Amino acid sequence: MTGVTAPVTTAREGEPPGEGLVLDVRGLRMRYGSTDVLNGVDFVARPGEVVALLGPNGAGKTTTIEILEGFRMRSAGDVSVLGVDPAHGDENWRARVGVVLQSWRDHGKWRVRELLAHLGMYYGPYSTDKITRPWDADELIDAVGLTEHAQKKIKQLSGGQRRRLDVAIGIVGRPELLFLDEPTAGFDPEARREFHELVHRLSDEASTTIMLTTHDLDEAEKLADRILILAGGKIIADGSADELSRRMSTEAEIKWTRDGQRFVHSTTESTRYVHELFKQHGDAIGDLEVHRASLEDTYMALVREAESGQGDAVLREFAEITEVGTEAGA
Amino acid sequence: MSSTRAVIVRAGLIRGWIEFRQTLTNGQDVFGYLLSPAIFLIVMVSLRGDKLPGTEISIGSSIMPGVLAITVLFSGVLGVAQLLAVEREDGTLLRAKAVPNGMGAYLFGKVVSVAGMTVVSLLIVLVPSLFLLDGFVFTAGSALVLAGVLVLGLAGTMALGAIAGSLMTSPRAAGILMIPMGLLAAISGIFAPLTRLAEWMQWIGQAFPMYWMGLGMRSALLPEETVVIEVGQSWRYPEMFLVLAVWAVVAVTFAPRVLRRMARRESGAAVAARQQKALQRIG
Repeated sequence: MTGVTAPVTTAREGEPPGEGLVLDVRGLRMRYGSTDVLNGVDFVARPGEVVALLGPNGAGKTTTIEILEGFRMRSAGDVSVLGVDPAHGDENWRARVGVVLQSWRDHGKWRVRELLAHLGMYYGPYSTDKITRPWDADELIDAVGLTEHAQKKIKQLSGGQRRRLDVAIGIVGRPELLFLDEPTAGFDPEARREFHELVHRLSDEASTTIMLTTHDLDEAEKLADRILILAGGKIIADGSADELSRRMSTEAEIKWTRDGQRFVHSTTESTRYVHELFKQHGDAIGDLEVHRASLEDTYMALVREAESGQGDAVLREFAEITEVGTEAGA
Repeated sequence: MSSTRAVIVRAGLIRGWIEFRQTLTNGQDVFGYLLSPAIFLIVMVSLRGDKLPGTEISIGSSIMPGVLAITVLFSGVLGVAQLLAVEREDGTLLRAKAVPNGMGAYLFGKVVSVAGMTVVSLLIVLVPSLFLLDGFVFTAGSALVLAGVLVLGLAGTMALGAIAGSLMTSPRAAGILMIPMGLLAAISGIFAPLTRLAEWMQWIGQAFPMYWMGLGMRSALLPEETVVIEVGQSWRYPEMFLVLAVWAVVAVTFAPRVLRRMARRESGAAVAARQQKALQRIG
């Protein structure tokens, strides 16, 4: 699931709106009254990529997603979703996009299978040579694990079951691009794991491009090829979970034992420290463990810095590191 | 694209049928639909001994066509407005917006299910009335007038309901609609002949479709002699269909614009905010 290392988005100024890009967002701004919620958001997504959008509450994740879904007008900026401006997306465009919103209580009197089969119908005319729309209702119910509830009324479903139905409705038209706004809120660990498998299936087998928001960093790390962190109205980090934690200069934790005693030390220079450790004590060192900062640590560090007004500095620092990394890898 | 239009029609019919069936199999909904016809029937039956002055028909029977008209009005305007307000709040409209051609099919489905429920409501009043009251005259001509009044009346009232439902911010605002509609019913010659009201009230009453629907229903179901209680002692068919048609055309023309404006503003955040507000009211 490791994608191609994405070049940093700020380097694309002046390029034509991306050929072959599923999402291309440049200078996106959203203003409510006199408050800027989004203040120049830039990012892209390539076909088949799974992108996670993280950020503190109120950072504008849902606003961003709703603009991309065509549910909300933006104040400024260029946005292209599947090559179309979502503010002017037609029904043909709509048929290629799947949407799972944060909370939904609709169609409570309908039965699960009845609603899925019904909503699937709308996608029939939009089948292509490559994609047969819609997804068969029974197959889909099975794929999201709702087979034994297929004949239940929707209002009788539990929160987690309802969420799975929402996901099923989101993909019934076999979308080329799927938006998931906090898809696993209220899932138990088993449902969460099944959902993760479904996302992997969609991205691997159908090469669906997926953009999701979540508060679960572990989930972002598991699912996403690339993580975007939105804070202070801007994307302050853009890269794989690994890149993010490797390249932020957060501290690593080193644990070892010497003469039966346990030691712990935190440092940003873990390799050098361990080297020194061996030089000094040699074979006396045992049980060595080096823990790089988790995504959570990285995330907290980035958001804290962005919120204290140093967002730009962090972004530049991160951009430089990524560029160096890309060159080294090439 | 003709295939997408076919999908809108087919999906709308299926939606309408499913929702119609759901209403008929839901105890609470059925009770709601039976309650007011039952009250009207009791009133009409209790008035079947008194004759309408100058005619051979009982007051109970003379009210019945007006009850049919008021049923169309409430079912069309309130029914659609309330459903729109509720389904905006629970996200049904947003769902319709998220699927291709969903909005068209949603609205067509609403027309089908509300029209279906209106016909059922009319039958709930009409059928017992034919057994419990007498003096009605029903001919092929009556059926034609009845159908014409029903189609034009439903088109106008449902479109007005859609406009009202789009402008309302919460389902609870639908209750406020009851007040103007009740006042309108009072000056529309439903329970007492319009000719007994002050002239200015007669003019207001005749400006709205309610009166003309009542007139049409009376002309279709009551014997010819009862025309003496009407304005100008005539059924005034040309005026009747003209007023009903103008209302229907104006409402049907404006409804899509208002609906589009409302639909454009629907978003997940808007739905969530409304739900939050509703919860606060309960808590």
